[in-house]
Amino acid sequence: MVVERLSKRFGERVAFDDVSFEVGVGEVFGFLGPNGAGKTTTVRTLGTLIAPSSGAAKVAGIPLSPRNGPAIRSRISIMPESPGLYLRLSVRENLECFAGLYELDDIRGRINRALASVNLTDRAADLCGSLSKGLRQRVALARALLNDPAVLFLDEPTSGLDPVATREVHELIMSLRASGVTIFLTTHRLEEAERLCDRVAILNTTLRLVGRPDELRAQLFRRSLDVRLRAPLADPGAVFGAVSEVEGWEQAPSGYTLAVSDPDLAVPALARALVDADADILSLAESHHSLEDVYLELVDEDVEATRR
Amino acid sequence: MSLSWTRIGAILRKELRDYRRNRFVVATMAATPLLFIALPTIQLIAANATGKAVTLRVGLSLLYMLVIPVIMPSVISAYSVVGEREQGTLEPVLSTPIRREEFLIAKALAAFIPTLVTAYAVFGIFLAIAALFAHPVIVSAIYAGTHVLVQLLFTPLLAGWAVWIGIAVSTRMSDIRAAQQLSVLGSAPPLAILVLMSLNVITVSTALAIGLAAALLAFDLLAWRVVATMFDRERLLIGGRR
Repeated sequence: MVVERLSKRFGERVAFDDVSFEVGVGEVFGFLGPNGAGKTTTVRTLGTLIAPSSGAAKVAGIPLSPRNGPAIRSRISIMPESPGLYLRLSVRENLECFAGLYELDDIRGRINRALASVNLTDRAADLCGSLSKGLRQRVALARALLNDPAVLFLDEPTSGLDPVATREVHELIMSLRASGVTIFLTTHRLEEAERLCDRVAILNTTLRLVGRPDELRAQLFRRSLDVRLRAPLADPGAVFGAVSEVEGWEQAPSGYTLAVSDPDLAVPALARALVDADADILSLAESHHSLEDVYLELVDEDVEATRR
Repeated sequence: MSLSWTRIGAILRKELRDYRRNRFVVATMAATPLLFIALPTIQLIAANATGKAVTLRVGLSLLYMLVIPVIMPSVISAYSVVGEREQGTLEPVLSTPIRREEFLIAKALAAFIPTLVTAYAVFGIFLAIAALFAHPVIVSAIYAGTHVLVQLLFTPLLAGWAVWIGIAVSTRMSDIRAAQQLSVLGSAPPLAILVLMSLNVITVSTALAIGLAAALLAFDLLAWRVVATMFDRERLLIGGRR
């Protein structure tokens, strides 16, 4: 999937603007952003449900255009946030309807395989209205797998699910990745994105960052060390200033945070300096920034920019 | 543009299954014919077999039969798009390769077929009851002139009109009840002509009946294209945000 300078406006309101990225075959691509950032609109645009205002894209290798809508939609699947099942129809009847819409052959076999992949074989005859939210989400996933999509769009697939159901969905996504399906995952759950995604993009109307979670951390945060001591240093400036790899320091609630050029070089030198200063070291480790830190840093920047 | 009857069939089967399990639709399909067969039958059986009154009674009784293909499909088709929106099922369906024309034809057939079956069945029952219990003069009045032709011709054509009006309203509304009320209102105008025919204000000839039928047929065929242009995926999915 290749997206180039794609924008969507509803009158004066900008849903998303100047968005560009690429997603490789078999990649799990996370699409993160706060509410109203334009994530769902982006999915709908790439799924040919709504037309872009400007820009271009290729989805499953097919150029995005109204004429190519049916061809693109036959090669992708979109699982919206709400499962959108026919509640008076059984699980199997729901899947039969969609198998017909995709004009699939071997409908029975495909439905059985899709149900087996989400562990719902024994619920095939149940009316969807009688299923729990988690089970409905699994039916929606089975429906999205029916046509063996080249690209699978999952819009908040674990929204409202309990931890067990969430874990099952995660396992399914990982097994799909293993089978080579390209997955475009929008989510609010940053630990989910960090765990499942090869790369993530952070959208807040415009695309803020794209990359592997560790690349984003490196881009956004200087490398640093957390130093915990039994007692504060009498003259921390003198101790840290003596280590050439330390570029700056600040007092932290539980010790000191040091900006360093290279943690691998800084740690041994710093340990020696602290021992020379008679400090009792409790711990000395590289600071870890989660994807959540990256996300919050970017979103906070946007909030600050809006205030200014 | 080629239409896929597999996709049309998938939606049609789904709709018919859904109707069977939807109490509101079942009640509408059951109550409307019952009501419209009871009143004209009683009227005919109780009628005196004299002069002009016979023609008028027969005309009015048969008018009831033509209310079925107006009321029933307008209520069902008004639900077709707005109902899917309200259930949250429209987006998954539109995410498949289905074209809007296929979606609309499937929805139209899903309202049209049950209506046609019900309306012809009710007319058949009406004719049978009349033959068994009504005065022979009344029976011969039913079969005389253009009554049967009008019933056979106008039942599907009126149903087609009501179906497209209902779907057109359904693509534009966001509330099911409002859509159904507007749909019934919008489907009524052709009935006015039939009322005038039944009251002998307009003298019905075979040529007039065929002419009116041809006009309705032209409308039904044109309506599909018009409603297809009204069907805007983007507006339907994002509602009032545009």
